[in-house]
Amino acid sequence: MPRTPGHAANGAEPDAGKLVGILALQGDFEAHAKMVRALGAQPREVRTPNDLEDLDALIIPGGESTVMTLGIEREGLAEPLRDLVSQGTPVLGTCAGMIMLDREHLGLLDVTTRRNAFGRQVRSFEADLDVDGIPGGPMHAVFIRAPWVAERGPAVQVLASVEEHPVAIRQGNMIAVSFHPELSGDDRLHEMLLAMNGTG
Amino acid sequence: MDENGHTSRDEATFTVKAGLAEMLKGGVIMDVVTPEQAKIAEDAGAAAVMALERVPADIRRDGGVARMSDPEMIQGIQEAVTIPVMAKARIGHFVEAQVLEALEVDYIDESEVLTPADEANHIDKWAFNVPVVCGATNLGEALRRIGEGAAMIRSKGEAGTGDIVNAVTHLRKIRSEIRRLATLDDAELATAAKNLQSPLHLVRQIAQDGRLPVVLFCAGGIATPADAALVMQLGAEGVFVGSGIFKSEDPERRARAIVEATTHYQDPARIAAASGGLGQPMVSLESSKLEAEQLLAPRGW
Repeated sequence: MPRTPGHAANGAEPDAGKLVGILALQGDFEAHAKMVRALGAQPREVRTPNDLEDLDALIIPGGESTVMTLGIEREGLAEPLRDLVSQGTPVLGTCAGMIMLDREHLGLLDVTTRRNAFGRQVRSFEADLDVDGIPGGPMHAVFIRAPWVAERGPAVQVLASVEEHPVAIRQGNMIAVSFHPELSGDDRLHEMLLAMNGTG
Repeated sequence: MDENGHTSRDEATFTVKAGLAEMLKGGVIMDVVTPEQAKIAEDAGAAAVMALERVPADIRRDGGVARMSDPEMIQGIQEAVTIPVMAKARIGHFVEAQVLEALEVDYIDESEVLTPADEANHIDKWAFNVPVVCGATNLGEALRRIGEGAAMIRSKGEAGTGDIVNAVTHLRKIRSEIRRLATLDDAELATAAKNLQSPLHLVRQIAQDGRLPVVLFCAGGIATPADAALVMQLGAEGVFVGSGIFKSEDPERRARAIVEATTHYQDPARIAAASGGLGQPMVSLESSKLEAEQLLAPRGW
């Protein structure tokens, strides 16, 4: 995907000093950390509530949503995560991260998601996808046993769809996508996250 | 994308095959032999299950030819859980792999735990849309498997023993050979590729990246939370636990404890907390006391 490096999604430069928490209970948190580091911000793996202190942004990565759900319960992370996001801290959820934010899990996004919506692994795919608010051409999106948004409330803005199923959404300070920008090397959603200002 | 906003899809690319392994990282993949066990594993936090008829400890005990599992059993497990379901094919038995692909398992394990079907050739894994994971005891073996299309590697260890020593040996070997490549110049890398009997382009890539081009898990002999944390500290990106869970006294509790120790592998206090009161581990065999023909890791090349 040809594009200009360092081009921030909303025209502003990402803040180099930002501390970005990445939920590291299970999944591809290292791929996100690498991308955050390459953008000049500082990643921090989050496994316990103490790891949430002083974060400027949060990423919930891909992985298995059942494992993350059990981990969040075991670590007592649900309330601290809800507080952090409710205070306005920008958050990006990818794949399982989108599921964790939905009504049935952390209850932060006003959506229900359908897990493994495209089918088993043999149906996993790559595609180019126009995402509203992301300049510079379509994103290269990697979908792995991906979910989609099945139902959504009025506050949810759809940024991209596949066959009319929303796969990228925004609601206030939360961005959630069904695919894995951290695996395709396309850092524009991460730039968008870093350029968002928390209200808390 | 065309003018109507329809997206053209590329399925079964190497990126999506290797990508599923990325999603399993930091997780525990558990051997299960029934849908009930699969459900217990999922509820305890397994990142995936490996569906098979007999766990390695029983294969070892029963002897005879170990083959791909009954498709009905695999389908029963697929219906019981939502996490990825893996299944094993014999080394070189590409028709077993075709059957597993027809069943739409999420990952095929070309496994030395089953009796090899070909004495010279592994499966051509590029021919499959379902990703394939293979075992390795050293870097050359790992790179030959990746060259054949494997989208994930697991160190072999010695399955069904509950003895971690071979897993440690294989993992250390792979990791130290990777570190060594990073110190070589271009001429030496060509020689290293020859000595490793591995594709040169992969050897060059590893020298540059300092890691395998696919996810590396550890398997074979993990029986306790501390075993899981040990191999994670040695550089595994996740663990397979075969007989170690459902051959132990309290599988559900042990499964949860191994999941917890895998997440908190760098935190001894958490590993200690997870390790308490789990009951007896699996009945174990010291692998150095096994006869050469009882060893599984030398299968494959």
